Amino acid sequence: MSMDVAPRLDIDVLLDDPETRIVVCCGSGGVGKTTTAAALGVRAAERGRKVVVLTIDPARRLAQSMGIDALDNIPRRVEGIGGDGGELHAMMLDMKRTFDEFVEAHADPERARAILANPFYQSLSAGFAGTQEYMAMEKLGQLRARDEWDLIIVDTPPSRSALDFLDAPKRLGSFLDGKFIKVLMAPAKVGGRAGMKFLNVGVSMMTGTVSKVLGGQLMRDVQTFAAAMDTMFGGFRTRAEATYRLLQAPGTAFLVVAAPERDALREAAYFVERLAADQMPLAGLVLNRVHGSGAEQLSAERALAAAEILSLAIDPADPDDAPANADYPPANAAEGSDPAKNRPGTENLADCGFVDPPSGNAQARNPSAADPDVSPTSADTSAERLAAGLLRLHAERMQVLGREQRTHDRFTALHPEVPVAQVAALPGDVHDLAGLRAIGERLAVPLERTKRAAG
Amino acid sequence: MSRLHVVSGKGGTGKTTVAAALALALAADGRRTLLVEVEGRQGIAQLFETEPLPYEERKIATTPGGGEVHALAIDPEFALLDYLHMFYKLGSAGRALKKLGAIDFATTIAPGLRDVLLTGKACEAVRRKGKDGRFVYDSVVMDAPPTGRITRFLNVNDEVAGLARTGPIHNQAQAVMRVLKSPQTAVHMVTLLEEMPVQETADGIAELRADGLPTGGVIINMVRPAILDHEAVEVAANGQRAAVAKALSQAGLGGARRGGMAERLVDPLLEQAREHAERVALERAQRAELTGLGLPLHELELLTDGIDLAGLYRLATDLRKQWPT
Ligand SMILES: Nc1ncnc2c1ncn2[C@@H]1O[C@H](COP(=O)(O)OP(=O)(O)OP(=O)(O)O)[C@@H](O)[C@H]1O
Ligand SMILES: Nc1ncnc2c1ncn2[C@@H]1O[C@H](COP(=O)(O)OP(=O)(O)O)[C@@H](O)[C@H]1O
Ligand SMILES: [Mg+2]
Ligand SMILES: [Mg+2]
Repeated sequence: MSMDVAPRLDIDVLLDDPETRIVVCCGSGGVGKTTTAAALGVRAAERGRKVVVLTIDPARRLAQSMGIDALDNIPRRVEGIGGDGGELHAMMLDMKRTFDEFVEAHADPERARAILANPFYQSLSAGFAGTQEYMAMEKLGQLRARDEWDLIIVDTPPSRSALDFLDAPKRLGSFLDGKFIKVLMAPAKVGGRAGMKFLNVGVSMMTGTVSKVLGGQLMRDVQTFAAAMDTMFGGFRTRAEATYRLLQAPGTAFLVVAAPERDALREAAYFVERLAADQMPLAGLVLNRVHGSGAEQLSAERALAAAEILSLAIDPADPDDAPANADYPPANAAEGSDPAKNRPGTENLADCGFVDPPSGNAQARNPSAADPDVSPTSADTSAERLAAGLLRLHAERMQVLGREQRTHDRFTALHPEVPVAQVAALPGDVHDLAGLRAIGERLAVPLERTKRAAG
Repeated sequence: MSRLHVVSGKGGTGKTTVAAALALALAADGRRTLLVEVEGRQGIAQLFETEPLPYEERKIATTPGGGEVHALAIDPEFALLDYLHMFYKLGSAGRALKKLGAIDFATTIAPGLRDVLLTGKACEAVRRKGKDGRFVYDSVVMDAPPTGRITRFLNVNDEVAGLARTGPIHNQAQAVMRVLKSPQTAVHMVTLLEEMPVQETADGIAELRADGLPTGGVIINMVRPAILDHEAVEVAANGQRAAVAKALSQAGLGGARRGGMAERLVDPLLEQAREHAERVALERAQRAELTGLGLPLHELELLTDGIDLAGLYRLATDLRKQWPT
C-alpha cells in the first residue's frame, strides 16, 4: 500500500485543549462538514467544554433534533447534552438577517431603512454569491466578541470549493469597493481627474442606456443603493480583515473534511496548501464516510470467484457471465419493449430476497424491471444463494475499500504531514443526537478499533 | 412534447452529467440537440474532454444514426452585450461599459437581470428556425442551477418585475416567461436515494408547482444494486449459519467447522449484509417518497469507475430506453 503513513489526528486532544477556541470545518459540498461540526460540538460539550456550534444549512431533521430549526439567528442551548460543566449551544445561520443587522449596526437609522428597502440590497443580501460566506465570518466574529463560550465550532457554507470560504468575503468586499460603484457614487470626482475623462462619458452613456433599457426608477434605485453602501465600505473592509486575522490566531484550528473520493480529496489538497500559504493553522483532515470490512483477508476476486461457483451449482443453465449491455444506440429490438428484457444477465431473483442482478455492478436496476418491494419467501432461500449474495456484497465492499485506499494514499503522498482522522460511514443518515455521538466516537477512536468492535 | 429540458437537482447529484446524457439520448435518430450551461464552470467541456467552450454554439458530439449534440456556455456579459447590440447598436460603448465593470456590476446586483439574459438565450435557441422553416434544434437541454435557486432562476418575470416595470427588458422577461411556463418546457430533477437530495427534490417540485412552472421527470442517479434485503439477512443469520458456512466451504473458502476460515467469515459477512440491508431499506423509503411526487421516475446506475465518455454514452443509452417517446 502506501509508503507514507499519515499521523493520526487526535480529536480529543484538540477538543480538550483549553487553548483551542475556534474550530472551523471546511471542505467541498456534501462531504459532511455540518455533521462533523455538530458531532464535535456534542463531543466537546460532553467532555466538559462550553461550546457553541454555528451550523449553516443543516439537514432539516438534524436541525430539528438539535432544536435549532426555528431560524432566529441566536444560539440556543441544546438540552440533554453536557457533563462536567459542559454545555452545548447551537444555531443555524440566517444570512439575510445577519446582513440586515450589520446594516442596522453600521448606518444611522434613516439610512439603514433606505438600504433595507432598496431592491438591489434585497437581492444582494438574499443571493449574492459569497454573501453566505461573508455572513458566516461576520457571525463568527460576533460570537467570538461575546466571549460567552470557550469553544466555537463553525460549519462553512455548502459551496463547491472549500476555498470559497476564504475568498468569498474578499470578493464581496472588493465588489462593494469596486470601480464602478465609485463611479456611480461620484462621477464628477472621478471624471475630474486627469486621464479619467472617458469615465464621465461612459457614465452618462451608461446612465442613459440603463434608463432607456430598464427605466429611470431602476437607475435611481441603483444610485441610492450605491450611495447607501458607500457609507459602509469602511465597515465591511475592517470587519472582514479582523475576522481573517482571527482565523490566523493561535486558538484557531481548521479541520478539512473530505470524503474518500477523488474530487473531494483534490479539493482538500488545494485547501491544505492554501491554509499553509495564508498561515492559517491546520489541525488535520477528517476523512468521512470511509468503509471498512471485518473480512479484509478475503479479496474481492476470490469472493467473486466463490460466488460464481455457488451460482453455477444453483442454476447451471444461467451463468451470469453474459456480456454487459453497453452498446449505443440500443439495439432496435429495444424499441417499445420492456427494457428489462434487453438486459442480458438480469436474473430475477426477487422471490428469494435477491432484488437485483447478481453481478453487483454491471447492470442497472430499472424501475420497471423489478419491483423492489417484492418480499422474499424464506422457504425458497437456499443457503447457497444466501452465501453467494454475501460474497457478492463483500466483493463490492472490497472494491470500494480499494478505491478509497488509493485516493487516500494519493493525498498522503502529497501531504504526508497532515494528521488524519477517519470516520466510518454509517449505513443511514445522521439526523439525531445519538447519530452525532456515534460520529463523535468514530472521530476520536481509530478506525481499526471501531471496525473490530463492529465485526 | 417538450423541447426545452431544464435539468436541476441538489449540488453534486449529477446535474451536468445527466444533462449531457439526456442531450445525447435526445440526439438519437439523426436529431440535433443543444446542450447549454449557464454557470460559467465549463462542466460540459470537461465532461466531453474538449477545450473550454467559447460563447458560441459548436458541435461537441455525434451519435450513431447521424445525430448531433451542440453545446453553448452562456455567459451573462456576452449575452447582455449581444442584447444591447441587437436593440441599441451599442458597439464600442458596450465595450466601455464592460471595461468599467458596469455589466458585471449590473448582473451581480440584479441576479434577475442576469437570469433573464441566460434563460432568454436558451429560449431563443428553442424557437430558432432555419431557412427551411424547421427548428434548428429538435431540443435544448440546460444544465441549470441547483434546486435551491431554480425557481427564482426560471421565474425571471417576477424577479425583473420589481426592477423594470416597463420597457424592453420587461417585455423580454415576459416573452421568456411565456416559453418557460408552456408545455414546451419541462423541468427535471436529479436526485440520489438519500435523505437530503430527496427532500430538496420534493421542496423544489412543490415550489415549481406553486409558481406554475412545468415539471418533467425525476432522475434517480448513481443507483447501486440491491443484493440482499433484511429478510434474507435474517434468514441467513437465524438458523442458516451452519448451512451458509458449508456453502462457503464448498466454494473453496476453507473449513466450515468451528474455527475454520469459512465459519469465521460468516459473522463479518453477515454484518456487512446487515448494513447493506439497512441501506436498501432506507433507499426504499426514499424511493417511496419520490413515487409520491407523482412524476415519472428514471434511474441511472452508479458507474463505479467514474464517468468518462464511454460511461456518458452508456448513461445516455440507459436514459433513452426509459424516456417517453
Ligand atoms: N451515474 C453516475 N455514476 C458514477 N458517477 C457519477 C454518476 N453521475 C455523476 N457522477 C459523478 O458525480 C460527480 C458529480 O456529478 P456532476 O458534476 O454531474 O454533478 P452536478 O450536480 O452537476 O454538480 P454541481 O452541483 O457541482 O454542478 C462527478 O464526479 C460525476 O462524474
Ligand atoms: N459518516 C457518515 N455516515 C453516514 N452518513 C453521513 C456521514 N457523514 C455525513 N453523512 C450524511 O451525509 C449527508 C451530508 O452531510 P452534511 O454534513 O450535511 O454535509 P455538508 O455540510 O458537507 O454539505 C447528510 O445526510 C449526513 O447525514
Ligand atoms: Mg452543510
Ligand atoms: Mg454541474
